[in-house]
Amino acid sequence: MARSITAFGSISRRRLLTTVSAGAALAASTFRINLVQAEEATIKIGFPVPLTGPYGTEAQDQVRAAQLAIAEFNDGGGLNGRKAELLVRDDKLNPGEAATRTLELVEKDKVNFVVGSLSAAVQLAINNVTKERGVIFNSISQSDAINEAADFSKYTFHEALNPHMTAGAVGRYAFPKFGKKVAFLTADYAYGHEMVRGFLDVGKTFGIENLGDIRHPLGTTDYSTLLPRIQSLKPDILCISNFGRDQQIALKQATDFGVKKTTQIIAPLLSHASRVAAGPQAFEGVIGGCSFYWGLEEKFASTKAFNDAFRKMYDGKLPSDYGALGYGGVRTVLAAVKNAGSTDTDRVIAALEALKYDFYKGPQYYRQCDHQSVQSVLVIKSKSKDLRNESDVFEIIGADEPSEANLRSCEELGHKA
Amino acid sequence: MDGLSFDLIALQLFAGLALGAIYVLFAIGLSLIFGMLTVVNFAHGAFYMVGAYVGVYILMLGGNFWICLIAVPLAVGLIGLVVERFLIRPLYGRGMDYPLLLTFGLSYVMVELVRIAFGKTGIPFDTPDILQGAVDIGVGYFPLYRLFVIGAAAVVLLALWLFLERTSFGLIIRAGARDPQIVRVLGVNVAQVWLIVFGIGTAIAGLAGLLAAPLQGVIPEMGGTILAEAFVVTVVGGMGSIGGAVLAGLLVGVVVSMTSLFAPEMGKVSIFALMAIVLIVRPQGFFGRAGLMS
Repeated sequence: MARSITAFGSISRRRLLTTVSAGAALAASTFRINLVQAEEATIKIGFPVPLTGPYGTEAQDQVRAAQLAIAEFNDGGGLNGRKAELLVRDDKLNPGEAATRTLELVEKDKVNFVVGSLSAAVQLAINNVTKERGVIFNSISQSDAINEAADFSKYTFHEALNPHMTAGAVGRYAFPKFGKKVAFLTADYAYGHEMVRGFLDVGKTFGIENLGDIRHPLGTTDYSTLLPRIQSLKPDILCISNFGRDQQIALKQATDFGVKKTTQIIAPLLSHASRVAAGPQAFEGVIGGCSFYWGLEEKFASTKAFNDAFRKMYDGKLPSDYGALGYGGVRTVLAAVKNAGSTDTDRVIAALEALKYDFYKGPQYYRQCDHQSVQSVLVIKSKSKDLRNESDVFEIIGADEPSEANLRSCEELGHKA
Repeated sequence: MDGLSFDLIALQLFAGLALGAIYVLFAIGLSLIFGMLTVVNFAHGAFYMVGAYVGVYILMLGGNFWICLIAVPLAVGLIGLVVERFLIRPLYGRGMDYPLLLTFGLSYVMVELVRIAFGKTGIPFDTPDILQGAVDIGVGYFPLYRLFVIGAAAVVLLALWLFLERTSFGLIIRAGARDPQIVRVLGVNVAQVWLIVFGIGTAIAGLAGLLAAPLQGVIPEMGGTILAEAFVVTVVGGMGSIGGAVLAGLLVGVVVSMTSLFAPEMGKVSIFALMAIVLIVRPQGFFGRAGLMS
């Protein structure tokens, strides 16, 4: 026993010596010095998104558009020649995975900023890591909680819409038009819950009757056992609050069950990528909200410029709603870096707070108390006829203009005014 | 949540049986291969997914859904034959975990190849025109296409049953499953029998994938969830028992449906709760042969 310990100890000592000398040699070499300089030279943006799983389609679009923002920044000379780089990680739509990947990005890859996420729940896990480490995080996915004082920190920014704004806009459009009896089919996690709360909040103004909220687990592939129950409630409006593949399948199967014959289906968010993946049949006539639609180019020069740049980079394809968020999330951070003339966290925060921007969808700015991007919400309807191109899938039928009145007030969120 | 009418419960029961028929279709190929070859085919979900993509490809070439119904099982079955001959066969007699690990790895390869060939994003798959819409089944409206899938499942089961029970080749398969050594001594080429069984099992998986495509669209990861569900059905029914898989599939469908009526968010969990209960009370499943796993 004693001998084996000695033997082990001697090997360990030898290994230690080898490692130390190798390390010293590396540190002394010019290669190592170059490496350090290169690390200082690039501005690194960590980008954790759910590349695999039910939201994969949308996440891949986020990456594509974020790469465009990086390319534009670099082509424009970067920050006095310092280029930016996107470090994409797959968070697998899992809070634990996202926290681990983000921690790696911060600790190992030494990213300057984190932008990303595509889940109301996962972004809070990322935010926990970044706020603890003092790294700016610009979330590009819907969440109400991230605005609230409990989750917020000065490092937290929210470029995406939040459920309160989105459900508010869709509710204000749909409730006066289609009837007061409303049933809900909801993904059973933060996103779905927050959306339903948003609809019920705005519904109070219109006196809607809540017939019932049927909740399904995230990643459900068959709704045939939920739809008969919903139909028996005989709602005027069925509000389906889920996302990605769940939304595609739910709308497809609701169509098969003939729900649309008697009921107007609304969704807080209609995902462009999901509509393309599911085809026109399933989404036909469905009304919902979105943060961006390429058709805005008729109204805003910034949208036109963004669309054209995206087309050029990706063989004539047009950006989707979540793609635009990926672009906006990265572009605002890089614009703030340029304005601040530095990557220093506090100076970039000040620059972001001062930013009044119109990068892709008309005017926007970050509200002081919760860093929520104040912006327009579009109300859109899915169409199946007269499609001009493969991205021509929605029609803009209404909009909430950017206004803090559509947000919950700073006091409501627990911020000191 | 009030208003539980008789019609609703009846419709819910029917929806459960319809869902059960789909589960049976998912599980039957898995059960067949395990029962005859004692190979736990973890690539079952991948074959299912490939079936949907072969369908997409045939439609891209200008074919229609009815051509797919014939061509997809043939094409996927052919892939199954190749996999059995060159990958699984060398592993016979080495214990159950070898083919299990191999097929597990194979499923990753297949998913990745499909991602390369067709992209990572989902592809729409419309319900064939004449099967669109819902029909009145007396207690409420039910999608025509789901009724068609029930019919298709019944046809597949009937054909499989006739093949196994009423043909001499089926007799050899059943004998081979019970005692391959004696069958071999009697001069039967057991290797060939297993090859064909694996081909049939994967062909049914491919057909199931094609039939599922109009229900949920097509995406490379679509086999993942279904694999778990197919395993539950197979385990509850008894590993390797085809009759057990049918009964278990229908039961799982009804359990999900009835759970969904009262506690929708529990729908998915109920499948696994059912499995846990069955395993405690009857570890070999409904019609499983005790000791097959050892």
